[in-house]
Amino acid sequence: MTRTRKPGVSRRATLAMMGAGAVTFATPWVARAQAKTIKVGMPTILSGRVAQLGTSSRNAVMLEVEKVNAAGGLAGRQIEMVIRDSKGQPQEAARVARELVNTDGCELLIDAEASSGAFAVHEVARDLGVLCIHTNSETSALTADPKQHIPNAFRTARQGVHDSIVGGSYAAAISKGKGLKKWATCAPDYAYGRDTTGEFVTYLKRFAPDVEIISESWPKLFQPDYTEVVTKILQAKPQALYSCLWGGDLTSYIDQANIYALFNQMEVFAVNMADYTALTVVKNLPKGIHSGNRYIKTYPATAENAAWGDAYKAKYNEYPTNWSWENATAIMLLAEASKKANSADGKKIAEAMRGLKIKSPFGADGTVTMRAEDQTLVGYAIGWGTTIPQEPYVPQVQAGDWKTIFELEAEWKKSKGYA
Amino acid sequence: MDLDALTGCLASSACLVTQTTSGFIIGMLLFLVAVGLTLIFGVLKVVNFSHGAFYMFGAYFAMTAYQYTGSFALAMLCGAAGTAILGLIFERVFMSRVYGADVLMQLLVCYAFVLIFDDVVRMIWGPEFKSMGMPAAFQVVPLFIAGGVVPPYYLLLIGVALAAAVVLGLGLARTKIGKVIRAAAHNPGMVSALGINTGLIYGGVFALGGMLAGLAGALAAPVRSLTPGMGFSVLIESFIVTVIGGMGSILGALIGAILIGMIRSFGSLGFPLFTEGLMYLFMVIVLVSRPTGLFGKEVA
Repeated sequence: MTRTRKPGVSRRATLAMMGAGAVTFATPWVARAQAKTIKVGMPTILSGRVAQLGTSSRNAVMLEVEKVNAAGGLAGRQIEMVIRDSKGQPQEAARVARELVNTDGCELLIDAEASSGAFAVHEVARDLGVLCIHTNSETSALTADPKQHIPNAFRTARQGVHDSIVGGSYAAAISKGKGLKKWATCAPDYAYGRDTTGEFVTYLKRFAPDVEIISESWPKLFQPDYTEVVTKILQAKPQALYSCLWGGDLTSYIDQANIYALFNQMEVFAVNMADYTALTVVKNLPKGIHSGNRYIKTYPATAENAAWGDAYKAKYNEYPTNWSWENATAIMLLAEASKKANSADGKKIAEAMRGLKIKSPFGADGTVTMRAEDQTLVGYAIGWGTTIPQEPYVPQVQAGDWKTIFELEAEWKKSKGYA
Repeated sequence: MDLDALTGCLASSACLVTQTTSGFIIGMLLFLVAVGLTLIFGVLKVVNFSHGAFYMFGAYFAMTAYQYTGSFALAMLCGAAGTAILGLIFERVFMSRVYGADVLMQLLVCYAFVLIFDDVVRMIWGPEFKSMGMPAAFQVVPLFIAGGVVPPYYLLLIGVALAAAVVLGLGLARTKIGKVIRAAAHNPGMVSALGINTGLIYGGVFALGGMLAGLAGALAAPVRSLTPGMGFSVLIESFIVTVIGGMGSILGALIGAILIGMIRSFGSLGFPLFTEGLMYLFMVIVLVSRPTGLFGKEVA
């Protein structure tokens, strides 16, 4: 007689299910631990020309999430990061953000996009009502413009107008001291380059009214050759040059300007120089370029900041970027706000986050604050200094004064009709 | 528009020297890329859209060789030789299969390789931008000629590119191989019937084109940042050069490249917001007045 298998659940399967059920009831933390996980979605740029920055954002987030999870997670729920590539395209960033919430079940969003993508993700956050922290967009209007304001969106990135105020006042002080009246500018020809240069010049002239801009250059973004720009600036014979070129464009520019000995002929102010992505790549970094701090582990000169930079380097074998500290701050704030609210609920966290001041390795005085009125980060370390060709690259940073920043920012908001 | 700056510059010998050499520098690197493009088109009748990748590989090969050996000459040699070998393999294995095929097919194969080559660079050297650094021998104060500033490295660069132009021009006009290549471009069937291996000629021409682009990349490596996809921006300008000079003409590529260099150099003074536009405008004027380019031959 042959034995045939009857349809339905076999005896073996039934036994297995019963066994699993028994284990679940006997060890309830296994089932509960899974349900307790909170998913946090993160669209960022992981491919293309600025992939390095997106990767450094992801690295910083993972570094901090590990710490938060080891300390018990968000109100007892372990964080699970769901990180997706937006390829730096705004429409893709918006699509990914929506999918992360609707399909993947993410309850919170870390928007690690550049400005163009951030505004797109902001609209998704407005639509879905999910708590969203913008970590990389420095465009001031994102939080300064009341039309953009939504209660569930925050920003932990530095802000363009803050940088311009500090940069302008620093450059003006040097201008006055050295008698630098003739200035040239050189910036990439797109929104960031135009806005940042405009704001810098406004504050430079405000603090040093006799400054005159005698030459402007607007090379294309990602232009391979700057020779004509370099020689044009040499012809104009300015006493000082301002540039907000960044990344590979800035390093190309430095290499090409170097062989024309441009750096011996004028004071150079390059706001994006003091970032490890550029500092470690340029082989013949000229001494004495003035730069704003992006991220360097020696400023703020505290043990906490140095330890954070070293821990990052130990884990990823490279130094953090400007985007790294901005993303790490988002996780630090989330954790503290969740602790304060004793909840992992987005709305409760948002409420707790408004006006929240936390200890931070990146704070000018060891703390940073999520300003309640426009839900953007203030009190972060911001300053300018001059470069040397080896570590620590910018040995002395002159700190910006937050009191002045607040005064001038309020004035700027009024002039823009934001306040 | 700042015509005062432009006329002021034309009246000053210092400015004239600086801007003219600046035009040559931009032009000569473009020439090296464009001449390979035009050579390959002239002989193989293929528009090689993946040509920018050879410029990129030349730069990366040179940087790697320089890191390991510290020798600038060896770095240049590796950049040129490496891309020549790569060009030969690429032509024999892939491009030779689409000769005579639809232009769209050739375009698709080339475009696929643009993406593949970019990813290969990303996998080997990483996605972040790199810098080779200027060799110590050239880290010197620039020369001052009639008050104008001229960096010695750029003199070398112009010299190498001009030498390549002369060798190439003479080689094609005076040598036996040159004659065979020209014959193959004109009538490959007849050349083949005479017992000459046309496959070898095609492979050789493609390798030569790749080598010239690689040499341009290697020469640019000390002054430009290296990044996956860096070939693309150079490719577009090279196309403008070949269109202006005439597809298939080496002299056309040389004159076209120098003209583009001068437009960029002097245009940035007189028309700072329209330098790019000026380049395209010039191309349109040439195309309208001479549709085959300045030195292009009428298609029979």
